[in-house]
Amino acid sequence: MAFDQGLSHRFEIKGGDFAKAGRVSLEVKEILHDLGIDPVIARRVAIVSYEAEMNVVMYATRGEMVLQLDPEAIRIVLEDEGPGIRDTEMAMREGYSTATEQMREMGFGAGMGLPNIKKNADRFELTSEVGKGTCCRIVIHLSPGGRA
Amino acid sequence: MTLEEVVKLLEAEIVWGEQYLDQEFEFAGASDLMSDVLAFGKAGVLLLTGLANIQSVCTARIIEAKAVVYVRGRKPDKEGIELARMNKLPILSTGFLMYKACGLLYSHGIRGLEDR
Repeated sequence: MAFDQGLSHRFEIKGGDFAKAGRVSLEVKEILHDLGIDPVIARRVAIVSYEAEMNVVMYATRGEMVLQLDPEAIRIVLEDEGPGIRDTEMAMREGYSTATEQMREMGFGAGMGLPNIKKNADRFELTSEVGKGTCCRIVIHLSPGGRA
Repeated sequence: MTLEEVVKLLEAEIVWGEQYLDQEFEFAGASDLMSDVLAFGKAGVLLLTGLANIQSVCTARIIEAKAVVYVRGRKPDKEGIELARMNKLPILSTGFLMYKACGLLYSHGIRGLEDR
């Protein structure tokens, strides 16, 4: 495979930029397609990437996403600067949301994003510091047998 | 059902993707809430929505929808259509409201996501 030694891509995400929201995840999808990643796995990665990207656009000032690929897994680490999440356990519950009216008008903010990341990821860690920002660490295994 | 048959059935305008009229569809999903589309959408779906912002195009591409039908005569703006073109995502616009558009498709054999 082309990424036997591992590959890493870094993306900047701007908070509040709804017009560009999703472009990073479309690029991620393109990269995985070009590498010949299994389409089912690539789709799961694109979904978690998009949900995480939208969270930065909706809630944070800025964020940085790092996509890492090695022969075993695809890893996404997304760190943002923003208000953080006061109760990460609550935020993981389906339906819990602090979205504004503007976010809902964009079709988001139904409290489905973080649970959907969890559903599509093999591993998902969410840490947050109020007033500083949030970090998402996501792992998706490349072989179906590796799926948790 | 082909995209061409969808166009006829829904009396729809082809906003972009005339070259994909022979694409086949077996199932569809409808929502204005992109959170739901991301959570429940399936690859190959015909997506119906009344939300015509750029996120609807982006979301459709992420879940690998085969085409999008905008109801109530809506359609994405120039940027949205360009994004659809770049991603080879056909886009239709029907004047019908969501209920009628879905009902017509279902009664002509297009199944729901849960029937797949």
